[in-house]
Amino acid sequence: MRETVMRRRHARGRKTVDLAVRTAASLAALLGIGVLVLILAEVARRGAPALDLAFFTALPGPPGVAGGGLANAILGTLALTAAATAVGVPLGMLAGVYLSEFGRDTRLGAAVRFCVNVLMGLPSILVGLFVWTVLVVPFRSFSGHAGAVALALIMLPVVARTTEDMLALVPHALREGALAVGAPRWRATLIAFKAARGGLVTGVLLAVARVSGETAPLLFTALNSPFWPRSMSEPVANLTVTVFQYAMSPYADWQAKAWGASLLIMAAVLTTSLLARTFARERT
Amino acid sequence: MTDRHATTAAPDRRRPRPWGDPLFRGLAAAAAGFFLLLTGAILLELTRGSSLSLAKFGPSFLWSTAWNPVTGDFGAFSSIAGTLVSTAIAMALAVPLSLVIALFLVELAPPAVAKPVGAAIELLAAVPSIIYGMWGLFVFAPLMSDHVQPFLSDHLGFLPLFQGPPMGIGMLTAGIILALMILPFITSVMRDVLRMVPPVVKEAGYGMGSTVWEVTRQVTVRYGARGMAGACLLGLGRAVGETMAVTFVIGNNHRVGTSLFDAGNTIASALANEFAEAADPLYLSALVELGLVLFLITFAIQGLTHVWIRRLERSAGRGL
Repeated sequence: MRETVMRRRHARGRKTVDLAVRTAASLAALLGIGVLVLILAEVARRGAPALDLAFFTALPGPPGVAGGGLANAILGTLALTAAATAVGVPLGMLAGVYLSEFGRDTRLGAAVRFCVNVLMGLPSILVGLFVWTVLVVPFRSFSGHAGAVALALIMLPVVARTTEDMLALVPHALREGALAVGAPRWRATLIAFKAARGGLVTGVLLAVARVSGETAPLLFTALNSPFWPRSMSEPVANLTVTVFQYAMSPYADWQAKAWGASLLIMAAVLTTSLLARTFARERT
Repeated sequence: MTDRHATTAAPDRRRPRPWGDPLFRGLAAAAAGFFLLLTGAILLELTRGSSLSLAKFGPSFLWSTAWNPVTGDFGAFSSIAGTLVSTAIAMALAVPLSLVIALFLVELAPPAVAKPVGAAIELLAAVPSIIYGMWGLFVFAPLMSDHVQPFLSDHLGFLPLFQGPPMGIGMLTAGIILALMILPFITSVMRDVLRMVPPVVKEAGYGMGSTVWEVTRQVTVRYGARGMAGACLLGLGRAVGETMAVTFVIGNNHRVGTSLFDAGNTIASALANEFAEAADPLYLSALVELGLVLFLITFAIQGLTHVWIRRLERSAGRGL
């Protein structure tokens, strides 16, 4: 009799603790997620007023004078991202093919895999520093080329890793079937590529999303410019470095433009990521 | 009919030696080899670029607190310390919170909530760090100087950590912004780890009459402990080298302060702020050496993560 009472009391204590912990955890989760959503909402609130027609069509005005836009930076960011994708995706995919199709148990494969991990964890500002030493110092000029290469180097390990992972998911029977009817190895790999299409597109889109919001690797490679991007061998205007410079400036109009540019970058990155997710879902 | 017969009988004699496959294999191997070359080149170039500074200051660069572009005297101590302190603040805040959020998503929330929120967290992990920097500078820093810092000095002001003028920007603000930035990233990795805990193990706990908290604490967390440590290491690697989220709000000051309210700098923020303006070769060289130090720090973290995950994979049968 006494024992059952004690057990019941004990159970009540345990249930109270459980309820308390669950409430606290839910509240903490709500707080964390709430703050993050608040950040996005704030960027949207402050950025939206800056996004008028001139923002997308005009060159930046002189400091302190209202008006003008960031059309050159939008164009420059698109150009840098496109150039980086054109270099980074094929090279990264080829390396991924090697890791998955040829180098699964080789020593070169293991070494490359380690390097992919190291490069993936490499702070993007160091990529910028490296490209500065090999492409800016020798040519004595900041350039769009250097910026595009820096972004491509950031994409490389991401693309290589996803390609390897996605190809590894394709059943071996598919490749063996192709090889059995006399197809060469590259045809068999092409078939595996087709099977892994959804995942590969997702990987590429995520890599593009990542580099299009990068600032640090462009600071001392592409730099920035108040003019239209004319040549990739000169400094090229881009949105992210513009945000950095404008935010640090004392001019209210520039700061407003920085918010507008932040909103644009955020929207572009989130849209690309969402797109990547729908492709990933299509695959499964 | 004859055609098929011919190809099955002697394919090699009739067709020219296929060149497609060796070429394909060679191309792929070359692309893979490029990664080795790149990693080596980065280490080499950072070392070469810092040779001037290495020769002048030697190992004392690491603990010297000097940073004077005018007299050409440079030391990395304030940047290394700033990197470690801001990262420590970020990890101390982000790890428990992301653990709680991940547990909430996996164990507590109904699927109708967990699914969209989980997807949202993954999306948030993709938000560029400059967005966090902007928010930190214009929204959070004023909040810090008007409310949080005065509150901290009123209640914890007896500690040297919370003394000094509430400027808004500084080490503490940078650490908090950094925490917010890595929060979604660590959370989504932890969520994946927790989801891999087999339901059978948890159900056994519930079957014995355990409460959700008891199962979480004694089964789920223990089972996933190593995987979660891996998630933390990944977050650590991100926080250490993060540039923009920190640069906006840390104040860029090379003086080593005792208070978390003081303006400071990290290796990444020093590079972002000073590199484009540095003209003197020794100044540039010292900045590149800072980069080299950061490279070695992240390399060490990567190595640790690599070893850890390898061990994890090998013992996957015994739990994550």
